[in-house]
Amino acid sequence: MSEGLVTATYIGATILFILTLGGLSDQETARKGNIYGMIGMTIAILATVFGPEVSSNFHIIIITMLIGGSIGMVLARKVQMTQMPELVAILHSLVGFAAVLVGYVNFVGDSGLSGVEKTIHEVEIYIGVLIGAVTFSGSVIAFGKLSGKIGGSPMLIPGRHWFNLILLIASIWLCIEFIHQAETGSGMTPLIIMTVIALTFGIHMVMAIGGADMPVVISMLNSYSGWAAAATGFMLNNDLLIVVGALVGSSGAILSYIMCRAMNRKFIAVIAGGFGTEPTAVPSGDDEIQGEVIPIETEEFSHLLLDAKEVMIIPGYGMAVAQAQHTVFEMTKKLREKGINVRFGIHPVAGRMPGHMNVLLAEARVPYDIVYEMDEVNEDFQNVDITIVIGANDIVNPSALEDPNSPIAGMPVLECWKSTTTVVLKRSMATGYAGIQNPLFFKDNTRMYFGDAKESLDAVLKQIN
Amino acid sequence: MQIGIPTEVYADEKRVATTPEVAGWLQKLGYTVAIQAGAGKKASFSDQAYKDAGVEIIGDAENLWASSDIILKVRAPEPLEIDYLSAGKTLISFIWPAQNEELMKKLSAKNINVLAMDSVPRISRAQKMDALSSMANIAGYRAIVEASHQFGRFFTGQITAAGKVPPAKVLVIGAGVAGLAAISAAHSLGAIVRSFDTRPEVKEQVESMGADFLFLEFEEDGSGEGGYAKTMSDEFIAAEMALFAEQAKEVDIIVTTALIPGKPAPKLITAEMVKSMKNGSVIVDLAAEQGGNCELTVPHELTVTDNGVTIIGYSDLPSRLPTQSSQLYATNLRHLLTDMTPEKDGQITIDMEDEAIRGATVIKAGEITWPPPAPKLSAAPAVKLAEAAPVVVEEPKKPSLIKRIMPVLIGALVLYGLGSVTPASFMAHFTVFMLACFVGYMVIWNVSASLHTPLMSVTNAVSSIIIIGALIQISSPNTLLMAVAAFGILITSINIAGGFAVTYRMLQMFRK
Repeated sequence: MSEGLVTATYIGATILFILTLGGLSDQETARKGNIYGMIGMTIAILATVFGPEVSSNFHIIIITMLIGGSIGMVLARKVQMTQMPELVAILHSLVGFAAVLVGYVNFVGDSGLSGVEKTIHEVEIYIGVLIGAVTFSGSVIAFGKLSGKIGGSPMLIPGRHWFNLILLIASIWLCIEFIHQAETGSGMTPLIIMTVIALTFGIHMVMAIGGADMPVVISMLNSYSGWAAAATGFMLNNDLLIVVGALVGSSGAILSYIMCRAMNRKFIAVIAGGFGTEPTAVPSGDDEIQGEVIPIETEEFSHLLLDAKEVMIIPGYGMAVAQAQHTVFEMTKKLREKGINVRFGIHPVAGRMPGHMNVLLAEARVPYDIVYEMDEVNEDFQNVDITIVIGANDIVNPSALEDPNSPIAGMPVLECWKSTTTVVLKRSMATGYAGIQNPLFFKDNTRMYFGDAKESLDAVLKQIN
Repeated sequence: MQIGIPTEVYADEKRVATTPEVAGWLQKLGYTVAIQAGAGKKASFSDQAYKDAGVEIIGDAENLWASSDIILKVRAPEPLEIDYLSAGKTLISFIWPAQNEELMKKLSAKNINVLAMDSVPRISRAQKMDALSSMANIAGYRAIVEASHQFGRFFTGQITAAGKVPPAKVLVIGAGVAGLAAISAAHSLGAIVRSFDTRPEVKEQVESMGADFLFLEFEEDGSGEGGYAKTMSDEFIAAEMALFAEQAKEVDIIVTTALIPGKPAPKLITAEMVKSMKNGSVIVDLAAEQGGNCELTVPHELTVTDNGVTIIGYSDLPSRLPTQSSQLYATNLRHLLTDMTPEKDGQITIDMEDEAIRGATVIKAGEITWPPPAPKLSAAPAVKLAEAAPVVVEEPKKPSLIKRIMPVLIGALVLYGLGSVTPASFMAHFTVFMLACFVGYMVIWNVSASLHTPLMSVTNAVSSIIIIGALIQISSPNTLLMAVAAFGILITSINIAGGFAVTYRMLQMFRK
């Protein structure tokens, strides 16, 4: 295959990748889009393998790809839908790792460039390795936090902002040093030191971020993996990598932006970490909203449900933890058979990654046309007879709108308290991630249904039958 | 205790203070009920119907007043009736204590208890006994019926074989209970309805009834205490009058319901505006009894101006629907008596701790207890406060011009700097990079929020395109480099297969 043909194939692959992302605008076209992505990837790999740059070691390519592919397939098959955030995190780390490897190999190998072009090439290598290393270590830590191998609470070392600043200055200085040394053929030392710094930075960054900010972190790492690929593309003078990297990078950046907006937080504030732990963030009037909660029993709950016309279900991370999504769907099915309109309202940051709740509900076979986004249902709550909140807390906290001193003030929330009755399924009265009390629980029209979400709903399901 | 219901003596008053149905309820509270013969006749309730409900029929008024402990009436008592009253009795009727000082004195001299149905406080709990609202509702409805009676055209627009009929345009001023009832009646007849009120929070109610809410380009909130409007500033009134003058030229029917408690009705429709109205137009002035919202209104009368505008100043609109208004009024009375008879033993207790009863009681054992202490604020302003809070939080800060231009300037400078030092080949790639960022930006915003997880997994798979970087190094003669490249291929393959497969699996699960 000539160079021209390879480039032509790359253009085809580029278009297919854009179609892949474009297809995700709708559930129907998304499947087709995924196929386009597979085709694009296949032809891009084939064109490269049969292109002018690969001349030997075909057997190694086949063997490594077979092994890697099988591992990937097994992972994809075995993963539970509740574990999706972990899987995505660990896969991101692989992209980062690969970017680091490719960068090093490229540096050691002869580029055949000189002058300004050589300098630029070195900067590209440096940036590629830097982003790759941050992505790698950050994703590994994110994986650890999401899978519970590392504690979820933010680790805040004193003077962490200064620490980050020092790391940043060090990497810039090392970059200059690296370029100088590379002139004379060396430069491996600053590159390695920078890699270590980047790895430290990635670890520190994610360690400082707590559980509920994970959607932002995952999206951000997703974005980084894209930028790593783009930097590698510059390094290799390969437009396909640049385009794909830019696509993925902007995709992740937009997701991070959406997640931040859904929490009414500044991106920088999330990255700097320590949500709700700032001393100023704790509202002084915490005790005022304490009051009596009204518990509800299974029987009364079931009667309420059967008498309702409009039911809204708000799932949160608690539903994922309790694996209650299947029971939720069984209940939904029963109620819908009885002519009760059951819908789902999803907050953008419910769960641990963007769209997490949608995937869980889809897994439980909940039809996607009864699953609505926050903005679609918020106007509707006054027509709802019962809202069931399953393992969610901060996303239904009225103080976000009512109390300007609340740490979550201004965050858009699902206004479930406007429905006639709200039933909250909860293990205990513990506070949510933001560590603030939720006045919703003390409202007159709120009923608390304590216990494990799955067991509770199983009991309700039995009653409804 | 006996409850007595006399015939209303006021001329043209057709209502009666209880119906056979309500009489049955009152007996369940332990009372005996007596009614003057023929009291319900004008409201289409026969003596026989009352008798069937277990009510005693008493021939003449004097006997009835003498034998009853509690008197239920609609209108405030006439001098003759006051003479019938004796110490210890309880009278429940409309009184209007603010306007009828003389009457209050006379009643208090009789050493009796008086509960004024017009003084029931407007709090949520007392809504069931709020006779003003029930009567206002009827008046609003009747206003439209009276208007349509005088109006020479259809209310609804039609296209008929004989030509096109334009719909009538109705303006309702004041969206209280009466105003809303008028809006609803006019809307259901097919008219185009507009409404104006000084209280902006009623906009939603107006719109839910099917009318357009007219806005003034003016910031002032007219909500007073107890759900009523308050007097507005001069500038506001000027703007308001300009709006009415403009509307008067256009609409066919004007219904005015503007009242401010304890004050004469505001003059909203001037003689000039009436003059500008079309021939055949109708004005119904529901505030006629308090002096009228229209300058030309003659209270209690129907008048026609020189330019053919009919002005209806009837003050007895509820009485013109006697059956309906008697039913609702009787039910309001019943609710009040239920609250005053907690033991259901036929004994009335006036609990001055109860906010609703306290408000209604204007004379207790001969002592004037009006006006009551100020009621707690009605729900409406409280709701407003709660709604106002998020507005403050979300108030968008308009970035200054410099702030908006700065990023553009910086971006341009960076690009310029980049272009001046880097070779053309780099800039070509950079072009591709920037374009791809924008394509990504456009495409990703269209991604449905429910597909964000598949988006992440598929972008993850796609970003493994970095495998190409490893592939082109695999033929390196250096064994170490080759091995590293091979490892790179291995891990990116995991990613490719895993990413696409798990996306596929997820997307299969999404179903309708």
